[in-house]
Amino acid sequence: MRFTTLTLAAALCAGAATASEVAPGDVVFNGSAVEASLTGVAGNADEGMKVYSSKKMGNCIACHQISSVDAPFPGNVGPSLDGVGDRWNVAELRGILVNSKMTFEGTVMPAYYRVDGFIRPGNRYTGKAADDTFGPLLEAQQIEDLVAFLSTLKE
Amino acid sequence: MALPTFSMADPDDDKLVINGEIEVATKVAPAAHLDGALSEVMSGWHFRNDDTQAMEMDDFDNPGMLGAENGMAIWEAAEGSEGKSCADCHGDPAESMKGVRASYPKFDEKAGTLMTVQMKMNECRTERMGAEAWKYDAGKAIDVEAMIASHSRGMPVNVAIDGPAAPFWEKGKEIYYTRYGQLELSCASCHEENYGNMIRADHLSQGQINGFPTYRLKNAKLNGVHSRFKGCIRDTRAHTFSPGSDEFIALELYVASRGMGLGIEGPSVRN
Ligand code: HEC
Ligand code: HEC
Ligand code: HEC
Repeated sequence: MRFTTLTLAAALCAGAATASEVAPGDVVFNGSAVEASLTGVAGNADEGMKVYSSKKMGNCIACHQISSVDAPFPGNVGPSLDGVGDRWNVAELRGILVNSKMTFEGTVMPAYYRVDGFIRPGNRYTGKAADDTFGPLLEAQQIEDLVAFLSTLKE
Repeated sequence: MALPTFSMADPDDDKLVINGEIEVATKVAPAAHLDGALSEVMSGWHFRNDDTQAMEMDDFDNPGMLGAENGMAIWEAAEGSEGKSCADCHGDPAESMKGVRASYPKFDEKAGTLMTVQMKMNECRTERMGAEAWKYDAGKAIDVEAMIASHSRGMPVNVAIDGPAAPFWEKGKEIYYTRYGQLELSCASCHEENYGNMIRADHLSQGQINGFPTYRLKNAKLNGVHSRFKGCIRDTRAHTFSPGSDEFIALELYVASRGMGLGIEGPSVRN
């Protein structure tokens, strides 16, 4: 019998990034911010909201809550993201998503667009070792969509 | 986020008394070796809802006791080439096994290593009964462990972490604070920094093991300590260790020591 998996985040990353995308290892940080878009394609806030609240995608609601998003069982391990668009600009938000540890040292928030430096990385939620299908938690465009969505959260 | 906020989802103040007679300490002062990591040590029982809590308070309502009863039947059945049962050597487990669950894992002089209750059971099977070792954390092993644990209910967790146990404890501690997997979360990320908080629909406890084996409503069976560890590490998108591995044996000692003084509850009920 299998336990129900506590999916904090589920990647849909299929294979390698396309030519126009910045690969996880090539993202350039300016301090903790990432200025350049990862895809060159403007993010879609509606899609971003789906990535935010879907257990199968970002599953950010495992730890965060947003008043305007009606999702069941938001967690409170992280702060409420209400007004987060006032607190951080687009480049800073992108930096937080690509690798939150650059902004918040030692944070429990996972890095969503990073592929190296892990201890005993697994193959998704199987408990087995990672294999060559290993990719970042979110795709580049999903990060851009999230950035677009989070920037709309102003108070 | 270093301190739990205890706002929307506080652990409650209920008292755990089983069958109206066994008083179980579920909140105790932290042991010195915790070095201030926890201000109060709390059983996972406090983090469950009233219905789940109530199930553990009466053996007739505790589904884990069915496993313990089965464990008692196994205890009395002769097995292996020597034609012996556990009872032949150990008699009434209420006497001979009293306190065992509370003091394990324990360094074993003869074996020269740290041993869990299940390892001791298997030592008896292979070396004294001429029977096959049971699979770790599975079927019969868990039922017998639950029965053995039930005879320590209410007794305080009291594991030795000094002397020859010290290197195992150190190793377990290192594992506890290692941030495994693609989500880079350690046991401490969830059970030390965030107990009392909600991770999605799950109310995070301190991840104590005084209640093991644990009957979980989620999978409707008794669960062993190492299986729980494995599930938690798997949830960090990590390559896990296996039940019965050296890593989990060491981790079991360390986690047990974080709950020093908590009353044994096994078999407990959790969701
Ligand atoms: C395992 C928990 C966890 C998950 C999952 C998580 N976060 Fe976070 N997040 C945190 C914590 C904790 C902080 C606060 C930073 C710190 O550690 O001090 C934070 C901070 C943030 C911040 C800055 C908030 C502010 O007001 O300053 C943003 C933006 C954010 N997270 C977005 C996200 C998004 C989007 C996702 C999903 C793709 C996500 N988080 C997933 C735990 C999490
Ligand atoms: C032939 C005799 C014999 C049989 C049969 C036997 N045991 Fe034992 N058992 C012992 C002895 C002797 C020890 C002490 C060994 C030592 O630690 O040096 C022991 C120790 C143990 C311990 C550790 C107890 C403690 O106080 O530390 C457990 C648990 C245990 N046995 C469980 C079982 C179970 C379960 C069975 C049946 C599956 C079983 N035993 C069958 C002789 C037996
Ligand atoms: C991603 C978060 C997370 C991480 C990391 C994590 N756990 Fe857990 N753990 C949970 C959740 C959720 C539960 C179920 C609710 C509870 O009791 O906390 C749980 C339950 C437990 C329990 C059962 C407690 C009881 O009372 O029955 C134990 C023991 C435990 N964890 C130990 C560990 C250990 C040891 C580690 C590190 C190897 C670990 N956990 C890592 C989330 C986590």
